[in-house]
Amino acid sequence: MAPPLLIGNGAGFSGDRLDAAEPVARTLIARGGKAAMTFETLAERTLALGVLARETDPDAGYEPALAPLLRPVLGLCLDAGIPIIGNFGAANPRGAAAAIVRLAAELGLAPPRIVVLEGDDVRDVLDDPRIAWEGGARPARPIIAANAYLGAFPIAEALRAGAEIVVTGRIADPALALGPLIAHFGWGEHDLDALAAGTLAGHLLECGAQVTGGYFGDPGVKDVPAPEAIGFPIAEVTADGTITVTKADTPGGLVDRRSVTEQILYEVHDPAAYLTPDVTLDITGVTVAETARDTVVLRGTRGQARPPTLKATISTEGGYLGEGEISYAGPNALARARLAASTLRARVANLPVRLRIDLLGLQAVFDSDDGARGGPLGPDGEVRVRLAALADDRATAEAAAREVLSLYCCGPAGGGGVRTSVTRRVATTSALIPRDLVHPRVAMVSP
Amino acid sequence: MITVPLHAIAHARTGDKGNRLNVAVIAHHPDVWDVLVEQVTEERVAALLAHRRPSAVRRYLLPNLYALNLVIDDVLEGGVNAALNLDGHGKTLSFLVLTLPVTVAEDVLATVRTTLDARAHRP
Repeated sequence: MAPPLLIGNGAGFSGDRLDAAEPVARTLIARGGKAAMTFETLAERTLALGVLARETDPDAGYEPALAPLLRPVLGLCLDAGIPIIGNFGAANPRGAAAAIVRLAAELGLAPPRIVVLEGDDVRDVLDDPRIAWEGGARPARPIIAANAYLGAFPIAEALRAGAEIVVTGRIADPALALGPLIAHFGWGEHDLDALAAGTLAGHLLECGAQVTGGYFGDPGVKDVPAPEAIGFPIAEVTADGTITVTKADTPGGLVDRRSVTEQILYEVHDPAAYLTPDVTLDITGVTVAETARDTVVLRGTRGQARPPTLKATISTEGGYLGEGEISYAGPNALARARLAASTLRARVANLPVRLRIDLLGLQAVFDSDDGARGGPLGPDGEVRVRLAALADDRATAEAAAREVLSLYCCGPAGGGGVRTSVTRRVATTSALIPRDLVHPRVAMVSP
Repeated sequence: MITVPLHAIAHARTGDKGNRLNVAVIAHHPDVWDVLVEQVTEERVAALLAHRRPSAVRRYLLPNLYALNLVIDDVLEGGVNAALNLDGHGKTLSFLVLTLPVTVAEDVLATVRTTLDARAHRP
């Protein structure tokens, strides 16, 4: 029977800590044995942002932080024979591969063997009448990006072909870990319980620190050691589908029944039928046991046949969001903030926008940088008025946000700290695509 | 018996996909599992979020994990890419669910508290 495979995760989203991956790689190397490393950096709308970036720069469109993410671990992993699998290709996997080749050269490393996984872009097949659209119909607004969630088998194919780095675009997040498990254990499409265990392992890893004490701390209830230095997760998976969750050797974070259980159910709907491209995962029989400090063992994962369709995320133009904020503090602050809010409502009433006005906060502008003053709350505390206005065009969103700025001279007494912004928005919806319309393909692009 | 916020006996995490929110609610101790099952109902959660007008609340029980999964439709006012709320993901809403009042036997509550304190002072 094949020995276990260790899988570490170095990023849980685009924007994650850039110093998290290196301790994971070093821990994998210290433990020895076969290992792989994953990076998940692609949220629902991130890919559309990559498409937009590529409009102005054809070489862009992949994870903007790719080089700082990989720089600390690239040499370590290549030397140790630990393959790296990441969806940091986003809208331009070949661009990401080229960037990794440049990074390797900069670090004095030989060009790594890089495979790109493509075929997730389904913009060309959206007219097919068999596609089932969320909400019953194709969106009316212009489509920016449409990408199917690909499965793990092409990743396994790439690794078997000798890839040291696999760069993907849209892919089911757990597939980043399931791919190397399939390659390592030789699992087939009908090994459903094994595929389910690999999928659960990938699901636990995909959000990085969320299983090791990140997004978890609640003082006095759920305390997390050294939250500034959380060790990112490492899962050991055996041939029989037993998953052992641990973390990188850093002073911070924790792995216990609570942190693991929260992540098991993260973004899950029906726990008996979590749909992925490779298997339908059933977690209702899973048991969770703490076997040592920062060590949790999961058993009992079951798999059913994969769904007949692939999910795709479709991103469309979403208009422009204008925002503005202003603070009021001290005597009668709440009343002045409410006066500002009603003034804004009247001023924006004639603009074609969807409007929301918040009264934020308990303390901010009165305090020192180190927060020495603290509260007071209530009507004489400190309130920040926030306007948010969604419009079809940038000029209208700017006009709404400008109404907050003009409160400096026209609004209630003592308003300060105005910030305004206008953001282009991308809306997303989903669709179920017949598998015969989607053609995943792998290509060795380096050396 | 004593009435406390759900936060006193359970922890929670939200996830979002599109305009659908899920909130996993997990007992701090097996002894309060029955309280979750009896009192954290679809109806009460729908009432708690009534101002966000959920179109459906579905509850799944996971007794192995002492957890229940609440799947709440159409409370994100369009979801992260369309909402005007600062928290378009609805990530903070797990702690709104944890404000739900629950009635617990005092000795059971003491057991939960002991468990939490033991966790809080790890060697």
